[in-house]
Amino acid sequence: MADYDPVAVSPLDALNLDAMRSAALAAFEAATDLDQLSAARNAHSGDRAPIALARSEIGALPPQARKDAGQRINSVLADIKAGLGARTEALELERDSRVLLDERVDVTLPWDRTPRGARHPLTMIQERVADVFIAMGYEVAEGPEVETEWHNFDALNLHPDHPARSMQDTIYLDPPERGVLLRTHTSPVQMRSMLSRPLPLYVVCPGRVFRDDAIDATHSPVFHQVEGLAVDLGITMAHLRGTLDHFAREMFGPDLRTRLRPSYFPFTEPSAEVDLLCFGCKGAGCRICSGEGWIEWGGCGMVHPNVLRAAGIDADRYSGFAFGMGLERTLMFRHGITDIRHFFDGDVRFARPFGSEV
Amino acid sequence: MRVPLSWLRDYAAVDASAAEIAAALIRAGLEVEQVESVGRDIRGVLIGEVLAIEELTEFKKPIRFCQVSVGEEPRGIVCGASNFAVGDRVPVALPGAVLPGELVITARSTYGRVSDGMICSSRELRLGDDHTGILILPPDAPIGADVADYLDLSDDVLDIAVTPDRGYCLSVRGVAREAATAFGVAFRDPGSVQLAAAAKPGYDVVISDADRCSRFVARVVRGIDPSAATPDWMRRRLVLSGLRSISLAVDITNYLLLDLGQPLHAYDLAKLSGPIVVRRAQPGESIRTLDGSERLADADDLLITDDSGPIGIAGVMGGATTEVDPGTRDVLIESAHFESRGISRSAARHRLPSEASKRFERGVDTDLQAAAAERAVRLLVELGGGVADDAQTDIDLRTPSTAISFDADAVSRVGGRPYDAATVRARLADVGCDVSGDGPLSVTPPGWRPDLTDPIDLVEEVLRLEGYDSIPSELPTAPAGRGLTRDQRLLRRLGRAIADAGYVEVSSYPFVSLADLDALQLAADDPRRTALALANPVSDHDSHLRTTLLPALLSALVRNVSRGQVDVGLFELGAVYLPGTDRPAAPRTSAAGRPSDAELAALDAALPAQPVRFAAAVTGDRERSGHWGRGRAADWSDVVELGRLVCRAVGARSPVVRAAAGAPFHPGRCAEFLIDGVVIGHAGELHPRVVAATGVPVRTSVIEFDLAPVLATAVDVVPGPELSTYPAATVDVALVVDVATPAAEVESALRLGAGALLEDVRLFDVYRGAQVGEARVSLAYTLTMRAVDHTLTDEEVRAITRAAVSAAGEKVGAVLRGPTP
Repeated sequence: MADYDPVAVSPLDALNLDAMRSAALAAFEAATDLDQLSAARNAHSGDRAPIALARSEIGALPPQARKDAGQRINSVLADIKAGLGARTEALELERDSRVLLDERVDVTLPWDRTPRGARHPLTMIQERVADVFIAMGYEVAEGPEVETEWHNFDALNLHPDHPARSMQDTIYLDPPERGVLLRTHTSPVQMRSMLSRPLPLYVVCPGRVFRDDAIDATHSPVFHQVEGLAVDLGITMAHLRGTLDHFAREMFGPDLRTRLRPSYFPFTEPSAEVDLLCFGCKGAGCRICSGEGWIEWGGCGMVHPNVLRAAGIDADRYSGFAFGMGLERTLMFRHGITDIRHFFDGDVRFARPFGSEV
Repeated sequence: MRVPLSWLRDYAAVDASAAEIAAALIRAGLEVEQVESVGRDIRGVLIGEVLAIEELTEFKKPIRFCQVSVGEEPRGIVCGASNFAVGDRVPVALPGAVLPGELVITARSTYGRVSDGMICSSRELRLGDDHTGILILPPDAPIGADVADYLDLSDDVLDIAVTPDRGYCLSVRGVAREAATAFGVAFRDPGSVQLAAAAKPGYDVVISDADRCSRFVARVVRGIDPSAATPDWMRRRLVLSGLRSISLAVDITNYLLLDLGQPLHAYDLAKLSGPIVVRRAQPGESIRTLDGSERLADADDLLITDDSGPIGIAGVMGGATTEVDPGTRDVLIESAHFESRGISRSAARHRLPSEASKRFERGVDTDLQAAAAERAVRLLVELGGGVADDAQTDIDLRTPSTAISFDADAVSRVGGRPYDAATVRARLADVGCDVSGDGPLSVTPPGWRPDLTDPIDLVEEVLRLEGYDSIPSELPTAPAGRGLTRDQRLLRRLGRAIADAGYVEVSSYPFVSLADLDALQLAADDPRRTALALANPVSDHDSHLRTTLLPALLSALVRNVSRGQVDVGLFELGAVYLPGTDRPAAPRTSAAGRPSDAELAALDAALPAQPVRFAAAVTGDRERSGHWGRGRAADWSDVVELGRLVCRAVGARSPVVRAAAGAPFHPGRCAEFLIDGVVIGHAGELHPRVVAATGVPVRTSVIEFDLAPVLATAVDVVPGPELSTYPAATVDVALVVDVATPAAEVESALRLGAGALLEDVRLFDVYRGAQVGEARVSLAYTLTMRAVDHTLTDEEVRAITRAAVSAAGEKVGAVLRGPTP
């Protein structure tokens, strides 16, 4: 080995190899587009490139020198390949950014191609209320809107001459003597639930009700209520209060509560009006509550023993509470709606902002 | 009930502001709707003396120019009234004075004189209705004093909405009692009057219906001065309470009605003939009531009669023939008790909600008749100068009140916290109950509380007086619930899916008019014309219950378009009301206990069917034009697709869709939907005549169908699909068929012929033209095939395609365009 100097083979001369590397990298760097780079690649790393020729000279070396020469050539080849790769990527990026930029669009263009749908807020509040009570173990009960006088009045401790029957102006089917009417409240559903379901009974009944009222901004002959009813052993007015407080918090926020004010309903005894702490002023008095600090929300009470008896329930063993609220009223408070007629006009601008959940 | 606080304080010396009293009463269960401050808006009106009167005659009506002194220099004041004389004391509003309504008085020129103020009538001071003359004050009224102070005009009036159970609060006596309890002050009962025993029976009275009239007291006062006027204090109270002053005798009865809650009636004794008989009306009897109306009595009406016939509808309104008039000198006072339900029926029948009937139907104190009559007699004697007969009539058929056996623990059981026995006893005594016994209490409610009949009524009294705010707030423990029912869940899903498809939900009044049904061009025998009529509809447009959701939906559509929303899709989910045939009337069923199953079934049989429907209507552009290209107008295909979507959304069986006809649809653009061979509804474009009659835009399309059959076939548990990972093969075929052939039939023939390996069929082109021939159409389909266990061979794909095409040929006469695959 000492008598043979591999450096003597000129193409494999270390200086030559370095020159080849430098020339290739310079050519790649000089290429300004992918076409020029392709030409430079052919010139400096193709089959006829100097480095390829140098590699073919290895065979001319004595065997003991070939390994060393091979390593040096491979090192140069790797550098050329890396240089080519880097330059290719750079030029490709440059090309992409140029071409894709030409495909640019105005992403701020409006898109109102298809009209937006929505569900009715009354539908959604009924679902929301139902969900609040379902979470407490209640079930959702339903009943007919065209109802018998018996279910709507008689069974609820309102005898035929009861003055309360004139309190609620009832829409009757013709002829009225047939004893069929448009239910004036959701309370007949209470009665149907007590007649058909086992005890203990926890139900909530949202639905449409009717009164012979003139239409104005706060009155409608057709409106919606939700009724709640619990009949169990040992139900007290404290349970009624607790349930109403929970309901109020779920509907209006954690810092709200209710107040009970003695009142009269034939189907409950004791009876009370449910007032809601005004969400506008939290009781201090404001324009929303006419300075009262409280807003009338609905009615409630302990189910009258006569009502339990009409359903065949042992009023000495069982007791219950019931409550009812207007849902339009609830939505009007909650969302600052000022005219009840919006609910029934069918104007798409009313329902759309509510989307699919309230 | 309007209660002046000055009156209330006569019986309950409450030392609190009007607002505090109102709040306390509200807490006790009285619905105080308003607290009205009165008299404080009169400022600077002084008592003056008329010094001289100059009659001015040159004007159309008599005018006086008066010299009036309020204790200083006389002032000249022009006045249009002439009921006063020199020397009279009158209220004078000098320049700068303020009358109700913030009316500021100034000096002004009128009738050729300068009027330096104004002489006031009682109406100008809100003392009464009388504005024909000046209010003349007593001769000893101090000149120069403030009239508002002198007449005690400043007051507060509570306006209370009295609930049906609290008839006793339709009196100052009742409200004062509640106020005394609320503030813990003594109550002086205006109904507590020392009664002298009757010397002998008075005017002859017969009660022939003891169930409806339990008490009748008749007292006579003779020789009343017809010119005697109602004193100012009484008139003032009447006016503040909302009643007009009429005559002394009538004012006294009205005053006591307000004071005690006992309706009284004054008859002109001279006009009565023969005994007073309280009885039911006989057929054909009629009576002219005080309001001047001639009223035919019903056999259920209770009448007050004498030999001349009816002289009053008991407890409702007196008759005109025995009315007290300006010349009446002798008066008979009636103070009676009538049963509430009968009065309620009569008042409703004759549409006469009088002050008397309002009280009787809620229940008047059973023990007050003699005392009320005595007070009326005393006032007639004192104020009218009359002389009372010693003879008195008191027909008393009362049954003794029964005691309620009451377990004091019941209050704690209902209230949810302990209430001790002493509290219970004290509160029941506050209410006026007579409480005795240990262990179970024996509680006898007072005569003015006919609403207290059951132990639970007593519980309420204790709880309300102790305050509902002292009841704790806690949640009951309900058993585990089952959540929503299947149908409830499906309906929610349905609503969401339709809204997601770009439709807006509406909630319509469920009424229609017959004109609405005409507008839909329904045939004479169309079942939708058989709608239930309402006895008392809210308006003529709402005369019947809807049998279809469409009229209201179309109205809403028109409303939206007229308000500028022209691209609109609306939907509604709601009941329709179908009368059916031979529906019986609802039987009268007792509510004393649970009705039998047969009775409950009979009640339900009286109700119409009320199935839930789905309907939608669409107009304008379903896809709008814009930077993306041209839009697409809504048409029949949108609603047909919506029908399919509804079924898909709940996982119901795919409906069969086929061509149909009938109102309100365009005869060539109507589809019917069938599930299990039963038609569930229709979709399509509206008939042009319906468009014209309803005013909706042309090409408006609608859908309506029954939801029950859709929900019934909904799949509860969707079987998981088996996914083949082998490649799919697709083949396009074009089939020529007669134009009348429904595409749905071609597709189902293809599916049938292709068999189980067919994964999908998609119609991608419909072509009509010369190349396919007259009255022919070319339908181009892509068939997608795939096997779960292998890649289909070319041979298999060809075989399936041939089978599909051949089935289409057999079923619908389809001819393949192009080469056989």
